[in-house]
Amino acid sequence: MALEKILRVAGRAVHVPGNDIDTDRIIPARFMKCVTFDGLGEFLFYDMRRNADGSEKAHPLNDPAHKGATILISGMNFGCGSSREHAPQALQKYGMRGVIAEGFAEIFYGNSTTLGMPCVVASRPDIERIAAAIGADPSTEVVIDLVGQKISFAGQTVGASVRESARDALVNGRWDPIGELIEGAPAAARVAGQLRYMSA
Amino acid sequence: MPKTLFEKVWDAHSVRNLANGQTQLLVGTHLIHEVTSPQAFGMMRDLGLRVAMPHRTFATVDHIVPTDQVSEPYADPLADAMIKELRKSCAESGITFFDRSTGKQGIVHIVGPEQGITQPGTTIACGDSHTSTHGAFGAIAFGIGTTQIRDVLATQTMALGRLKVRRIEVNGRLRPGVYAKDVILHIICTLGVNGGTGFAYEYAGEVVDRFSMEERMTVCNMSIEGGARAGYVNPDETTFAYLKGRPYSPKAAEWDAAVARWRAVASDPGCAYDDLVRIDAADIAPTVTWGINPGQGVPITGLVPDPAKAATADERSSIEEALAYMKLKPGSPIKGTRIDMAFLGSCTNGRLSDFQEVARFLKGRKVAPGVKAIAVPGSQGVGVLCAELGIDQIFRDAGFEWRSAGCSMCLAMNPDKLVGDQLCASSSNRNFKGRQGSPTGRTILMSPIMVAAAAVTGAVADAREVFAVSAN
Repeated sequence: MALEKILRVAGRAVHVPGNDIDTDRIIPARFMKCVTFDGLGEFLFYDMRRNADGSEKAHPLNDPAHKGATILISGMNFGCGSSREHAPQALQKYGMRGVIAEGFAEIFYGNSTTLGMPCVVASRPDIERIAAAIGADPSTEVVIDLVGQKISFAGQTVGASVRESARDALVNGRWDPIGELIEGAPAAARVAGQLRYMSA
Repeated sequence: MPKTLFEKVWDAHSVRNLANGQTQLLVGTHLIHEVTSPQAFGMMRDLGLRVAMPHRTFATVDHIVPTDQVSEPYADPLADAMIKELRKSCAESGITFFDRSTGKQGIVHIVGPEQGITQPGTTIACGDSHTSTHGAFGAIAFGIGTTQIRDVLATQTMALGRLKVRRIEVNGRLRPGVYAKDVILHIICTLGVNGGTGFAYEYAGEVVDRFSMEERMTVCNMSIEGGARAGYVNPDETTFAYLKGRPYSPKAAEWDAAVARWRAVASDPGCAYDDLVRIDAADIAPTVTWGINPGQGVPITGLVPDPAKAATADERSSIEEALAYMKLKPGSPIKGTRIDMAFLGSCTNGRLSDFQEVARFLKGRKVAPGVKAIAVPGSQGVGVLCAELGIDQIFRDAGFEWRSAGCSMCLAMNPDKLVGDQLCASSSNRNFKGRQGSPTGRTILMSPIMVAAAAVTGAVADAREVFAVSAN
């Protein structure tokens, strides 16, 4: 399976501040009654962005200045809660191509990487610098460099960190592991043959 | 060399190292349900792949089933489509489906153990973060995303990074009225909702040793709420006694060999952990959440926090946001908060012992006027056992609605939902904004006995006072 090598993500960014932003907020469960992931983008952060009558609330994603942003910026423990892949899917279908945060929940991190949507960690002060630049000029281009592990914006550069296994997979075009896993299937069958419970 | 259970099971299931340094890990048991699997089967079809090991794959339907309607088609056409999709995929692939017609349907993390499918020394994956529940049996069990479900269906393996292991010992003796749910809430409130990121939790100590399998499952269930993808308890005689004679448990000559293997899987004395935490049981109180994540909790005797007294700006804004959503006053006692709904059920506390323990105290009491209370057995099997023991009738006599098995009000994917800003006293595992089905609905997490105490008083209450609990 030939995948694109993801070396960098460049685009406008939108800051959704807060710690512990969970998967129920990212994509409320009632929108998960589907058999495909099509159309999920419309429901991203739905209850944070819309009132019961469908009218818009004040939310960074509703700000026209941020329309077309492809990088989301957030706080600690982003994506905590469920293992639902619907969360990074909703982000990606909405148009996001990368997430910068102070920290990520584990399952979300893995799910997002598998979709080719890099998650990079930056420090609080650096995130504040990026947010300030975007606040001053929402058209600021933010560039996540996965090879060099840095983020550039408005003439500044700050450090970013990506877990090595994720970074390696993204830059080498192996972020969806199915091809490698299929190659390992015969070896897997041998390991399974050594485990009594698996022939039960 | 002494090893932890995690290392032993990981090493036994490692197929090879992948190019990016992760392990190709064999998943011995794959559990699936209707919400996270359809797209995975779709991906399989698109790629022209077949299920590698249908005999190691087990399915049930739980999230979307209405608990007050058994017949199909379901009133919700989307839900109806999902159960039919799963049924079709399982039939096409030769996967065992514990459909409602089998009498074995229920919440996946209740069905696996009660069927004897969940066993020590195995790796177990499921597209649901509460898969950590199965770790109670000494398995490495964890939640996975839909694309990973595809990987496991196609190859019975997935790519995963090795976790570190934190041993959490709970020693001493729990006070009367303090239960397994309080233990795990206390751990999460102490270590934080992201304290366990990158770790598997090994739960141990005198309290855990004394716990039944169902109590161990309650603890392991909420590992992910503390950030730990997996959580486990070393297998012991309690584990083996639970598993003996269950439908998928090893039989006859196989049984003794299995028990010998299972004993050997436990962490070795003298093995090295990445971290060790010790908790004194005497410090654990009946615990309830006040906020919008499971780490925002206090003892029942405690106060809702005051943002003005927060140690950091982050903490202050976090408390402010939570209190605004929960509509609670800073510094007020959590006890006495009026409730609208009471929910007893979920993969955390929907097992026989949960209903049995509550029934002891609920007999003769009545749900308070204005409160709607529902009791949802976690599986058809649990429902049958409750009926045999007359437990369902105790709940009905008290004014609870006794429902059929499913995830119910834990998470808003079936008709059991909050309306408006209703407040629910819940035995489930998440109190996130909007979790229980209304964008303004409010959840307070607690143990089953505390749900019952709230139901009969109409407010968050101390079950020890309401029911004169002197011993568990």
